[in-house]
Amino acid sequence: MLSPIILVPAILNGLLTGAVYALVALGLTLIYGVLHIINFAHGALLTAAMFGAFFAHRLLGLDPYVAALLLTPAFFVLGYALQRFIIGPASGGEDRNILLVTLGLAVVIENALLYAFRADTRTINLPYAFDVVDLGIAFLAVPRVIAFGAVIVVALVLWLIMQWTDTGKAIRAVAKEKVGAELCGIDVAHVYAVTFGLGTACLAIAACLLIPTYYVNPHAGNAFVLIAFTIVVLGGMGSVTGALIGGLFIGVVESLSGLYLGESLGQIGIFLIFILVLLFRPSGLFGART
Amino acid sequence: MKGWAPIGLTVAALAAVPLFTSSNVVLNFLVMALLIALVGQGWNLLGGYGGQYSFGHSAFFGTGAYVTAILQMRYGVNAWVGFCIGIAAGALVGAAIGALSFRSGLKGSYFALVTLAFAEVLRIVASVAPVTGAGVGTLIKLDLRPEVFQFQSRAPFYWIILGLVAVSLILVRLIEGSRFGAYLVAVRENEDAAAALGVDAMRVKLGAMTISAAITAAGGGFYAQYFLFVDAGIAYGPWISVEALLAPIIGGIGTVFGPLLGALVVKTLGELTKLVTGDAPGLDLVIYGGVLVLVIAFAPRGIAGLIADLRGFFKPSLAAAKPNPDRGHG
Repeated sequence: MLSPIILVPAILNGLLTGAVYALVALGLTLIYGVLHIINFAHGALLTAAMFGAFFAHRLLGLDPYVAALLLTPAFFVLGYALQRFIIGPASGGEDRNILLVTLGLAVVIENALLYAFRADTRTINLPYAFDVVDLGIAFLAVPRVIAFGAVIVVALVLWLIMQWTDTGKAIRAVAKEKVGAELCGIDVAHVYAVTFGLGTACLAIAACLLIPTYYVNPHAGNAFVLIAFTIVVLGGMGSVTGALIGGLFIGVVESLSGLYLGESLGQIGIFLIFILVLLFRPSGLFGART
Repeated sequence: MKGWAPIGLTVAALAAVPLFTSSNVVLNFLVMALLIALVGQGWNLLGGYGGQYSFGHSAFFGTGAYVTAILQMRYGVNAWVGFCIGIAAGALVGAAIGALSFRSGLKGSYFALVTLAFAEVLRIVASVAPVTGAGVGTLIKLDLRPEVFQFQSRAPFYWIILGLVAVSLILVRLIEGSRFGAYLVAVRENEDAAAALGVDAMRVKLGAMTISAAITAAGGGFYAQYFLFVDAGIAYGPWISVEALLAPIIGGIGTVFGPLLGALVVKTLGELTKLVTGDAPGLDLVIYGGVLVLVIAFAPRGIAGLIADLRGFFKPSLAAAKPNPDRGHG
């Protein structure tokens, strides 16, 4: 067995990584909870946001944390437009078609990025990227600590929006009872698009939190989105709390199985959890059945 | 009998192509198109007729490819025998994934997700396991003899893949006209209603998935022999899962000729893109994805549906009797 000197930092680092996973999963679960679709374009959109953060730094010299202020609204608009003008009309409301349309979008976005930027892997250098906080028992990278804090704030803000604003109430109403909400005069197509926009905006924030310590290439988002699928299934499709707890949990699992099994097999641990949960408890451990 | 003549004519016409040209470019193009048609026909049986959309058909393609290659290189099994075992192995993987996911009642998005996840698990395992050659992949030794499924020229390969496509066309046509096919379509249209009428939905879906996986695995085994190389990204990568569903959806989902039509169109588009823009990575896939979205938006029954509509246009009496062109809700 490993001593606490190795174990505790691994768990803490797992929690920090898990927070960003949770944010990606939050966007996915939000969209699922309201539109009842799995957005297969989520990974490609995350990659696009990471390229956005990368070029904001490279071309405009913007710090990723500043770039988040621009990218978040931009991706909200992008997500809104995608749902309102492409996914909604093209799929004609049929579930199977929505699946295929989001898959088609994923293929287009991912390969457009590949075509534009080639398969090169890029990183940015920030003066604070290697700063650490010393907790006595563990050293934690500053950007990851910032990311953890930011995710908590985003989750809180999202919760406040959902709970207290009219838009949030409309979103919850549509999620619960679409036809009823429509009868009350809620514009369902608009609410769908807003939800999709919010989910996509989560990705822009996640991208800006990731880019200081991570790399970007045209497939970078895929690694996260498969993990996000796992988290969303684990936490219960559509459950925001489930996504947060699931994200932290998966972060720790990944960190520990990486420690014991090595990097690539550590990933398999996550997928096995994913398949097992899908097979035996598709409504998730926190059981938010919709 | 209705429906058989087009299959015979199409296959005969395609079979004659190598008699008129020995151009490797043309044959190579057709071999790839027919390979996608075969893999797409596998997807079509499960997705088109059965309504179960798999996003992980690479699980079967890759199993067929790896088993064919590994049996030859590591265990000295004859290539043809390895190819047949590869098909059986693919069918087995299909039956296993199908049994697990249908038993748990997974459908729609959940089914798409779980197939995607199984394919990913296989890809990761194949990229680290020693038996698959891990990151290096498996190379099949060059040995140009028909006894070991290798040929001097492309024409024999072309006839073999055409033969496989012909078998898949006949198989799907037979299923379409059979009781099993009727059950399968009933499950697609309304599983609960079908079950209420006594259809064992679980068994029907499982049967379709097993045959579907076997057809797709045949494509994988052929790929291994044609290129003599397999690695994790080729075998279990998402590219083949996407092309497997692209061909039938563009050609006409749930029709016998859909996958073949779609594969020819998709591959032609891909080649045209390369002609216009040079060998730019990714651009052909951008176009595939765009076409996929456009087809779903404007021609949900694909090219086969458009052709049927045109026929109806010229034969108004038939058109009037034809039901609503939009496929029923699942």
